[in-house]
Amino acid sequence: MKALVWHGKEDIRCDTVTDPEIQDPRDAIIKVTSCAICGSDLHLFHNFIPGMMPGDIMGHETMGEVVEVGCGVDSKLKKGDRIVVPFTIICGECDQCKRGNFSVCETTNRKKHLADKVFGHSTAGLFGYTHLTGGYPGGQAEYLRVPFADATHIKVPAGIPDEQLLFLSDIFPTGWQAAVQCDIVPTDTVAIWGCGPVGQMAIRSAILLGANQVIAIDCLPERLSMAEAAGATTINFENESVLERLKELTDGKGPEKCIDCVGMESHVSASWPDTLLDRAKQMVMLESDRPHVLREMIYVCRPGGIISVPGVYSGFSDKLPMGAFMNKGLTMRTGQTHVNRWTDDLLRRIEQGEIDPSFVITHTVPLEQGPEMYQMFRDKRDSCVKVVLKP
Amino acid sequence: MFHFSNIVRSKGDPKIVEGGPSLKQPPDQLARALGWLGIGLGITEFLAPRRVTEALGMEGRETLVRAFGLREILAGVMSLSVDRNAGLWARVGGDGLDAAALLSGLTSDNPKKGNIALALLMVGGIAMLDYRAAQDTKPRRPPPNARRKLYPNRSGFPKGVQAAKGRAKEMIQHKTAGVTS
Repeated sequence: MKALVWHGKEDIRCDTVTDPEIQDPRDAIIKVTSCAICGSDLHLFHNFIPGMMPGDIMGHETMGEVVEVGCGVDSKLKKGDRIVVPFTIICGECDQCKRGNFSVCETTNRKKHLADKVFGHSTAGLFGYTHLTGGYPGGQAEYLRVPFADATHIKVPAGIPDEQLLFLSDIFPTGWQAAVQCDIVPTDTVAIWGCGPVGQMAIRSAILLGANQVIAIDCLPERLSMAEAAGATTINFENESVLERLKELTDGKGPEKCIDCVGMESHVSASWPDTLLDRAKQMVMLESDRPHVLREMIYVCRPGGIISVPGVYSGFSDKLPMGAFMNKGLTMRTGQTHVNRWTDDLLRRIEQGEIDPSFVITHTVPLEQGPEMYQMFRDKRDSCVKVVLKP
Repeated sequence: MFHFSNIVRSKGDPKIVEGGPSLKQPPDQLARALGWLGIGLGITEFLAPRRVTEALGMEGRETLVRAFGLREILAGVMSLSVDRNAGLWARVGGDGLDAAALLSGLTSDNPKKGNIALALLMVGGIAMLDYRAAQDTKPRRPPPNARRKLYPNRSGFPKGVQAAKGRAKEMIQHKTAGVTS
């Protein structure tokens, strides 16, 4: 089969690989009908997250049709079922899964010893996202083995196009969880840094959860226009001061809720010397993340407020203003997404026409063009916001 | 190359049968080679400045050579990173500094001026490669003033933004009623 394979920094190729096989009774194989490139895939493209090995198949936003099931999958899944594959692999049986904390499933990371050493505890296995999270082959391919398939799936009905359902795999529940973590009340102003695909979903989620005002911060006109289309007030940080504008928009109080949809690769600019220092340190491996957005959020968030972090951070961040964070009594909530905790509700909202996540797709291309699309998405060429690949 | 990665794959996971074309272009490979060359040269200059100054007849300039070594290492690291273009331009600038320092030692009383001439020739050659690589690896990001597509009609709410806000209000009222009753 064809698959997008990681060969090193900025080197992803469309290779021919052997087809996946059932390895465990709880496995299923799906024929992929649609998959997407996630913003967090770019961290791997840049080799900023350790633990990738040449030959790893990329991708964790995938859906398709079940073509083979293991004998232990029972009646929960059968050949011909149409499923979206959540990016977190879950067993559905461990203590964390029973609590709904699916992204920290205690069972599915098959390289648990690595994660235990790096993070202190293992997290769930993830598709196509380094050997720290199990080294599972990803879904930017023609076929995908879904481990623990009896639990790791979202069954979706026929009649709704892939484009509306695909993002249940990651970015839609990720944006949703980011907003839910904010405990939004009707008087809240929610400020969202980063208007990429997760940021766009967070904007819509904050609106659906009843925020009084949503403020979207980015520098790319196409992304800001998409945010405005959903009713957000926008700040272009290249043209205006984020701190001053946020104060102005909140009567000097600051937003009650802040969401970081940027993560470890924040924009580097001479206007913010801390970003230059972070980049220099990142280059010589003195720091793994560039946490400019976190610093700004802590500084600007209203005392007693909540900071929600769906953006990916990989390791160590320097110069976080913990004094401000503590003295302002802020709360930070973060984590990989507990996808299956949210998908029943989100699928219902899609079915009822409350939201159509396909708005974010700007490019749809055959899988073979995937490597070029990684470059295009990274370089923000052709106003690219979200790429869907068709195997 | 992929045969090694196939060996370390978990049993049953897909293995590469045939490699596809690489995104890496010759200028990327040249940038990588120049980056490693810079790091190697920089380490030599930093750790053994006296040998360098003796070879060039420029004794007493060890601190400068050490500083240049550090600069070479930093520019080399940058050339190997995703910001390789900035690293390569830093190298071009560094080549200028190297040439200026060498020219200052090209005096009639320097018994090693032949070595300096040779070093200048090398710096010139490397500078040409650095310049070529910097030109060929220019970032492909669109310039800030480039025309961009906008998406003013992509709300994501099929029933409109106001309907979405109204629905949110209803849900909150419903929840509040549930709590108070």
